Amino acid sequence: MNQLRISRRAALLGLTAAWQFGGASLALADAPTNRRFIVIILRGALDGLAAVVPYGDPNLAVWRADLVPPEPGTDGGLLDLGGRFGLHPALAGMHDLFKAGELLPVHAVAGHYRSRSHFEAQDYLESGADQRMDSGWLNRAVAALPPAARGTSPGGPALAVGVSVPLLLRGRGAVGAWAPTGFAQPSPDLYARIAELNHPDPVTGPAIAEALRERGFATQTLGADDPKAPQRNAFPTLAGSAGRMLAAADGPRVAALEVGGWDTHAGQRNRLVGPLTQLDAGLVALKTGLGDAWRQTAVLVVTEFGRTVRVNGTGGTDHGTGTVAFIAGGGVAGGRVGGTWPGLAEAHLFENRDLAPTTDVRALAKGLLAGQFGLSEAALETVFPGSGGVAGTTGLLRV
Amino acid sequence: MDNNPIQALVRFGWGRRGSEPLPSDPRHWLAGQITAPDPGIQADGFADLPTSGAALAILREERKTKPPPGESHLRDIYRREAAALASWAVVTPAPFRERLVWFWANHFTVSVRGGGVAPTAGAYVREAIRPHVTGRFVDLLSAVMHHPTMLMYLDNVQSVGPDSPAGIKGKRGLNENLARESLELHTVSPAAGYSQEDVTAYARLITGWSVDMQADPPGFKFRPFAHQPGSQTVMGQSFPDGQEGGEAALRFLGTHPATYRHLALKLVRHFVADTPPPAAVKHVAGVLHDTGGDLGQASLALLRLPQAWNPLEKLRTPADFVIATVRALDMTGEQVPNLPGIMGGLGQPMWNAPFPIGWADDAASWTGSEALLRRIDWAYGISGRAAAQDAGDIATASLGPLLRPETSTAISRAGSRRDALALLFASPEFQRR
Repeated sequence: MNQLRISRRAALLGLTAAWQFGGASLALADAPTNRRFIVIILRGALDGLAAVVPYGDPNLAVWRADLVPPEPGTDGGLLDLGGRFGLHPALAGMHDLFKAGELLPVHAVAGHYRSRSHFEAQDYLESGADQRMDSGWLNRAVAALPPAARGTSPGGPALAVGVSVPLLLRGRGAVGAWAPTGFAQPSPDLYARIAELNHPDPVTGPAIAEALRERGFATQTLGADDPKAPQRNAFPTLAGSAGRMLAAADGPRVAALEVGGWDTHAGQRNRLVGPLTQLDAGLVALKTGLGDAWRQTAVLVVTEFGRTVRVNGTGGTDHGTGTVAFIAGGGVAGGRVGGTWPGLAEAHLFENRDLAPTTDVRALAKGLLAGQFGLSEAALETVFPGSGGVAGTTGLLRV
Repeated sequence: MDNNPIQALVRFGWGRRGSEPLPSDPRHWLAGQITAPDPGIQADGFADLPTSGAALAILREERKTKPPPGESHLRDIYRREAAALASWAVVTPAPFRERLVWFWANHFTVSVRGGGVAPTAGAYVREAIRPHVTGRFVDLLSAVMHHPTMLMYLDNVQSVGPDSPAGIKGKRGLNENLARESLELHTVSPAAGYSQEDVTAYARLITGWSVDMQADPPGFKFRPFAHQPGSQTVMGQSFPDGQEGGEAALRFLGTHPATYRHLALKLVRHFVADTPPPAAVKHVAGVLHDTGGDLGQASLALLRLPQAWNPLEKLRTPADFVIATVRALDMTGEQVPNLPGIMGGLGQPMWNAPFPIGWADDAASWTGSEALLRRIDWAYGISGRAAAQDAGDIATASLGPLLRPETSTAISRAGSRRDALALLFASPEFQRR
């Protein structure tokens, strides 16, 4: 009787599955099973004009004289992206990716909405629809994955990296969440009892079972040292851990991360350096963590909207529209700046204040989901309801 | 479950403290907390903490002397304030009133992520929030908008009218941050349909609303030198320039029907359910409208909503969960752990919300699987320190009729007292309020 109970608990937790998959080895390199897709949300609205500076645009100095770093080639200057644009000097790691052809900045990107409210805009960005939905587009994309692309992760194909699951990944599809742990833990048996106690509960039951599965998985993949690393919640640490989890043969295939600090209403010149440095180190850590799997990975970095072209009265910028998005990965057709540059002449500004949007962020997401996982047009319509008029961008990936 | 004493404690407060006496008439007991003075105003735990003026004077001094981090008083004030507020929630005899203080402090969030906020965040709650939670909303709004902490957090101290003498002479200009969040989050909400022009006009009206750091003590100051001249139109209403224009705009926004609807929605979401029943929202909005925004009357109206007595509708946030656990264990004095530190570890550090919208008030935001497991891990830790107590007694005392037979059985079959307590705190019913 006792033995039966234990095995039932083990089944509840999926623990047996987690242990069994520990020894699996890497399968064929280019099978769809091995494609990874990671979305990084920059919460707070990144100023695209400060991250990827259009220093070749003659109007830049008119609006931004006080905020623009020196031209490429000078001390502390921009990192050149081919003559018209330059990366912020804090993005040296991303510049290396660009030179290796693995980073594709896309300029003048915006969501399909025109809200300047952080909270509305983030909801729409993550819902992928014209209203706030209960599920995010990345969760619906996971649900639409062909079986071959789902992988064999005991925790399901998708992973939210951080203490909570962002709307982007919420929905009907199974999603694990993982963050390094810092507290003393109950024994596996007590965990099993706790899971059993919560099992009938529609809210706490699935959440607790999922978390335990993720931990069983995470502990064996990451090694013992990692959870005790200093600053364990810092973005580069999380990104590196996420990379290692996604690199595992039986790891998740899709992940979402988030990093904040972008709402630079004042003193932007100084305040943007920290978040940019985190993002830069995070992408490098992600690549390192993924190892060989970087070749099959596409990363999409997006923010809810851009910021005003004009500097405001306090050395910062206010909520705007068009901004930059980044696509990174070993198979990305990078080494160039994508998108259509609308120009910064006053007549070309959106509502006489913002960078005019020329690329819908959904077009980039659709292009990557089609390229990485072979999602059909019909499937992409369920991922982004009502986006029939927005074709996925082609040519984002080399293969 | 209507008028059940445990439900009254769980939904409107942070659960029962130990085996404290239960009120014989729970609704009357809750209502009495609204009509009686706030015991938190005189509480010993807050007695030695500085006013915002005194804290800003220390900030001014340390900006000059630049003491090494270990010798700065600013961080120390923040730590003491956080500990005092969290500890008061554990012991207060008026938990409903105290929950309202936390609710309105979250509605008008300030965060130490903003410069200068840390040493005055606690004083802000004492000075701008606590005295007004059962008064008129327009007075609460006014207190917040005149308080140095909010003016600094949302950058209004730096905002300068472009055509003011300071704007013409210097490099600074308008910063619309406070005006935007005041419309979107604090008052009418986007449902009112205001435009970018309304945001800009409101921002201009409150240019010059600033903090005088040179005064003794430092505090609010209207600076005509930085104030945008000329009248402004916000949501179809014209306001004159000068400080009075901004004051009139606050009276307009603080009594606007859209504001009442927004506040009713948030109150009902907090005290009834994540998806607020429309009829309940309409009722509370109607009370606010009919009473000129009387928050005490709105609070009493919440008690009369039948849905507010449906048990276990709301998931406890990490802060709620930690306070409820310490109350259930009846910890006092030295036994009480570092509550602000724990809340931070569980993802809800005090006065540290990432955005001006404050902490989310729905289950979905707090059930990221790792988030729930972390609070359970913490509960396991504190259960180890409290294991002299009988888990079955604590379960019966703290949950009463809400305790499920399954949980009772699991507790009785646990392998150790520590495990038994952990099972109580990890049970679905203890996750809720």
